[in-house]
Amino acid sequence: MKTCLARALLSLCLLAQAAWAGDGKLLATAGLSQLEGTGGGGLAPWATLSGYDSRDEWSLSAFSSAVKVDDYKLHAWGVSASIYDRVEVSVAQQTFDLSSFGGEIRQNVVGLKARLWGDVVYSDWPQIALGIQHKTLLEKDIAAALGAGDADAGTDVYLAATKVHLGAIHGYNLVWNLAVRASRANQLGLLGYGGDRKNSYSALVEGSVGVLLTRSLAVGLEYRQKPDNLGAAKEDHWRDVFVTYIPNKDVSFTLAWVDLGKIADGIASDGDQRGMYLSIAGALW
Amino acid sequence: MKSTVLKLKLLLSVALLSSGCAHLQSHQSVYDKIGGQTAINAIADAFIDQIEFDREIFPYFAESNVDRFREKFSEHLCASTGGPCKYTGDDMVRVHTGMNITESHFNRTVDLLVAAMKKAGLNYRQQNLVLRELAPMRGDMLYK
Repeated sequence: MKTCLARALLSLCLLAQAAWAGDGKLLATAGLSQLEGTGGGGLAPWATLSGYDSRDEWSLSAFSSAVKVDDYKLHAWGVSASIYDRVEVSVAQQTFDLSSFGGEIRQNVVGLKARLWGDVVYSDWPQIALGIQHKTLLEKDIAAALGAGDADAGTDVYLAATKVHLGAIHGYNLVWNLAVRASRANQLGLLGYGGDRKNSYSALVEGSVGVLLTRSLAVGLEYRQKPDNLGAAKEDHWRDVFVTYIPNKDVSFTLAWVDLGKIADGIASDGDQRGMYLSIAGALW
Repeated sequence: MKSTVLKLKLLLSVALLSSGCAHLQSHQSVYDKIGGQTAINAIADAFIDQIEFDREIFPYFAESNVDRFREKFSEHLCASTGGPCKYTGDDMVRVHTGMNITESHFNRTVDLLVAAMKKAGLNYRQQNLVLRELAPMRGDMLYK
């Protein structure tokens, strides 16, 4: 965990130092990068794009996130480009460290998202975006051993709606996001795609609610519904409580308490997997 | 599955309830909440200062009459926050037509307004309430 965090911190401090950004959006309206590299909260993709670009600009962002729960560690890092506040292209790599069991599983995720409608702050209705995440598993043995329908690659499609309500709660800004994802991915895809219990796509709901306590500090909750495809490894829904500090448009820090439920329970872990999530995101351009 | 739906419903109702409460309390106008005409005048003065020192935004105002801008901006801010004023200037579309304001310059100007409100002594919540009143006018200002 220590080296994981140190690596995350170091790489992003370096990045943040050389920071330029299309800074045409209001502070804290760019959102963060979620675990699969897409602009969003920590777990769920949002309709917002990753950078601060307006429709005349583009931006390049990077993130590094580390999750440490009882029997696992997950490190995710990646970069994303956001073009004219319309299209986001992202690449990310996840390294899932089976601390108690031994070994690691890596997965690459390439994402594409298009803002279809609206402005997260200014339109009456939410901002809406449609996106895909194509996932490729580099270490397939564990997925295959657990009975995944596919241990090579899988593709998720999601539709997200996000809205900031200015001054909605006693003068504080409220932000919410609701996404529906079609997916076969077991534990993000780290345990393969589809399985013996269910091999087809599931429609999954992911939601976030947050309040901006100041212009640079947000707190909130997230919830991510998961499929349960593997007979041998029951999968639970994920949730977290987060605090995000956004000192300026170049960098953001998020700390969360996460509950990931059971992950290959009785095989590689014992009991509910709970712990901390730390994420740093920065603007490269 | 059932518990998920329940949780989401709960989450949503909390969000809706909280925003509902905020609406119920809003019988006092934003104008009064931020401190009335004194605050409006202080915001107008600070906003003009911010614009004068901003290299990107100043050109939009280079040929404006500062006194007229101060008067009309104050009136407009007073009227849109529910204060006892009548706005006597041109409508927002007419004022901004020909300026071709880009989205990034618009957002930068909002940042200047936020800085001006801060300088005028408004706290974060008061700033948000003012922005909420002004936000619907964005469509009348962009790319005209």
